Amino acid sequence: MKDVKCECGHVNPHGTVLCEACGKVLDERENKDQLLDMRYEGSARRSQTYNKTIVDKIWNFFSSVKVGVWLIIITLLASILGTILPQKMYINLPPDVYYEQEYGWFGKLYYQLGLHDLYGSWWYLLLISMIGISLVICSLDRVVPLYKALKAQRVTRNEGFLKRQRLFGTNHVIDDQDFDIVKKHLKEKHYHVREENGDLLAEKGRFSRWGPYVNHVGLIIFLFGGMLRFFPGMYVNENLWVKEGETTAVPETGETFYLQNNQFILQHYDKNKDKAFEKAIEQAGEVVKNYQSNVVLYKRVGESLPGEKPKLEKVTDYKVRVNHPLTFDGYSVFQSSFRSELKAMTFMLTNKNTNQTFGEMKINFEDPKEKYDLGNGYSVKILNYFPDFEFDKNGDPSTKSRVPNNPAFIFQMISPENPDGEKSFVAIKQTIEPFGDNTYKMAFKGIETKNVSGFIVRKDSTLWVIILGGILFMIGVIQGAYWNHRRIWVQNKNGQIWIAAHTNKNWYGLKREIEKVIEDTKLNMPDDQLQSEQADKGGV
Amino acid sequence: MATISSNLLFIAFILYLVATLFYGGSIKSKKELNEKKETNKWGKIAVVLTIVGFIAQLGYFITRWIAAGHAPVSNMFEFTTFFGMALVGAFIVIYFIYRTTLLGLFTMPVAILVIAYASMFPKDITPLIPALQSYWLHIHVTTAAIGEAILAISFAAGLIYLVKAIDQTKLNKRNFWLEVVMFALVAVLGFVAVSTVFSAAGYHEKFNWTDKHGTVAVVEYTMPAISGPHAGELLTKDGFKPLIEMPAFINAKKLNTVIWSLMAGILLYGLIRLILRKRIAAALQPLVKNIKLDFVDEISYRSVLIGFPVFTLGALIFAMIWAQMAWSRFWGWDPKEVWALITWLFYAAFLHLRLSKGWHGEKSAWLAVLGFVIIMFNLVAVNLVIAGLHSYAGS
Ligand code: HEM
Repeated sequence: MKDVKCECGHVNPHGTVLCEACGKVLDERENKDQLLDMRYEGSARRSQTYNKTIVDKIWNFFSSVKVGVWLIIITLLASILGTILPQKMYINLPPDVYYEQEYGWFGKLYYQLGLHDLYGSWWYLLLISMIGISLVICSLDRVVPLYKALKAQRVTRNEGFLKRQRLFGTNHVIDDQDFDIVKKHLKEKHYHVREENGDLLAEKGRFSRWGPYVNHVGLIIFLFGGMLRFFPGMYVNENLWVKEGETTAVPETGETFYLQNNQFILQHYDKNKDKAFEKAIEQAGEVVKNYQSNVVLYKRVGESLPGEKPKLEKVTDYKVRVNHPLTFDGYSVFQSSFRSELKAMTFMLTNKNTNQTFGEMKINFEDPKEKYDLGNGYSVKILNYFPDFEFDKNGDPSTKSRVPNNPAFIFQMISPENPDGEKSFVAIKQTIEPFGDNTYKMAFKGIETKNVSGFIVRKDSTLWVIILGGILFMIGVIQGAYWNHRRIWVQNKNGQIWIAAHTNKNWYGLKREIEKVIEDTKLNMPDDQLQSEQADKGGV
Repeated sequence: MATISSNLLFIAFILYLVATLFYGGSIKSKKELNEKKETNKWGKIAVVLTIVGFIAQLGYFITRWIAAGHAPVSNMFEFTTFFGMALVGAFIVIYFIYRTTLLGLFTMPVAILVIAYASMFPKDITPLIPALQSYWLHIHVTTAAIGEAILAISFAAGLIYLVKAIDQTKLNKRNFWLEVVMFALVAVLGFVAVSTVFSAAGYHEKFNWTDKHGTVAVVEYTMPAISGPHAGELLTKDGFKPLIEMPAFINAKKLNTVIWSLMAGILLYGLIRLILRKRIAAALQPLVKNIKLDFVDEISYRSVLIGFPVFTLGALIFAMIWAQMAWSRFWGWDPKEVWALITWLFYAAFLHLRLSKGWHGEKSAWLAVLGFVIIMFNLVAVNLVIAGLHSYAGS
């Protein structure tokens, strides 16, 4: 394909609509319209020029703003679907049960369509990636030609170009000094003024034209950052439970860091102390003020052999609270939840008939003993211990886990009368005496609990990419939205002074500015040809 | 302090009301409403009243902040009031760019409605749960509200455009939908009216009801129950017996409020129609006859341009920073987050559509209206209906 030479002498790339240098209309299709379409300066965009090969077609598809807008709208509508019912990460039952149970046939359908995990679905990700591709292609399609066209523009413009600007006007009589006054005013308004053959081009805010491209690059980087998460090692997200008093290795740190939980603290607002909230607290009942774990962070020193206790060196003390994570070495430890766990249970050996007691025993769940000697010939043996008791499929007692959620015991109670012992099965709120009536029972006395802090351990190496993308995006939108690209041409044509002006947005501001610029001169305010073209339709 | 604060809010409210009357006056007595023309005396008074009102409301905000010890944007009342204040603030800024008092006539009533709506929620100063104790949260919420308020100005300008551009001589699709928008505004007034009436009367009735898990609980209505709860059993003597009973998965109490508000809205709307003897939009038309269409079109577009970056910063970026601190993830697809994203995508689409020729003028004005509907949906429905982490309704 050949380049196009304009009558002004400038050689334009094939496909150019308006000559880059003088603005003459090169593409006849344009001629019909009264006003010029100034988007992208009428430069030669690949997408408008080629449409033969598959690559051309794909390129043209993704570089079209229409397609881009459709992608955005479809994503928007899809996102709405995901907010109708809670997504799977916010439910606490298996999804196949939850949706039908809570929302009936609708919930079932929602689940079957996969809408319960919409934002993680392949087609939602596909939509987002298509937006990403579109962003890359549409930006490339426009930014280079636009840059070239803006760089190649000359001061003196083709008559047709000036006449067909939205703001245009001619003047027959002017004073000699008017030109200088205008120039002075333009400079005061921070215009960059260029002069050639007695013609004038005043321009400002050209950099705002790059705003959209900067913000699209920011978005692309942001999306790329989101993708990085799928690479191993970039993103760690683990739950960590640490009991009070215990020290545990922080997961995914290669057993380098250890966290000791000294105390978990739960505070509520006190309506007597926090007077300002008195009424609200009365309304709401209890309101939590603080979740806090006082922790110590340790680092392992030297190598330790398997099975050996690692040597630890204290790194820091910290109070982990909501909104105040502990951060070290790229990791952050967040306070996320807590639970209470049984620590110990106390029983008293009691004679069922006389209610006389024969000493008490405390079973520590972390270290239950086999036999508790109560003196005077009384003792209790633990024959079996089920920390998380349930009856298994065969109806035999068994345990679900090793966490003492629902402890149960089989005791053998030895007394001077029964040196062989009586057996008793004791679980919370139930006692079974497998061999008939016992003389003694284990009377429940009390429990001790301890808190377990739930942490989230997070390492996110993608964060920097995301932050960079976000910052670039903001710079880009602000650049494009709060500044605009204004050009004012003041030129000698056929012994008249022509004024034409263009801005990519905010015509009102441009008009106000031109009024100021031509103050104290005989120049007339150029007409807004768009307004006169369509006049004021409709209305009263 | 808390009393000073609520008095200041009341003063601001009254000033806004009076200012609106003056905006109306400024238009009646004025021939040319466009560009460069100076504001007349009525208009100047209106603007001064608006600014004084804004300062009073700022006073409310600061004193309440002092009383609570945290920025008052942490429950429905506080947040919505702040949104109303931001709306007035955004109008003042845009006014000084474009100097048209007509915009005030359309913006101030919206702001007044927003503040009136806000004051239907419990006004107690609430303590902050740990997740909300963060500067980032307050920065996020205030910036987001300011962004939304600026975007809402484009709605007001869009309304002016539609009122002027749409032919009212006979009923068609366009003026029907415009009237629906007007009715929606009246319905908000309806909500405010019924809530005020029943709360002034101190109306209460209690029910035992059964939820979808079969648990029996007590629910207290503050308006007579038209829609009763599932398996509801009236506990209050002489209480109003529900006309219809709702299935368990519907929140009958909220639905009841909606029904009452709509009834009041219809009643009010009917009254207005009776007095005006034409559609509301048609009655407003003479007020806008002097403004140029592409001037309001530009105001509307410009507000989106100014508001979009602020909204992005507040509702997405600051929100992500806060979420990262509080929940350890900057994005969690919770409904409120998703709706902020939807709003953002919508305005992104708006800006791109403006790049192509056919989307200036009326279509653009409709988009501005739709954008405001999305913002309101996010503010009202997502908070009250689709509960999420951010939901203020429960606390
Ligand atoms: C969610 C995704 C997107 C966002 C947030 C976004 C944002 C923006 C913004 C803020 C502008 C400036 C508009 C103005 O100043 O009036 C812009 C311009 C633009 N965008 Fe996007 N955009 C997105 C996706 C896309 C896509 C997918 C395309 C591809 C077709 C696209 C093509 C363009 C074009 C061609 C411009 C005008 C450039 C110019 O005036 O030189 N955008 N975009």
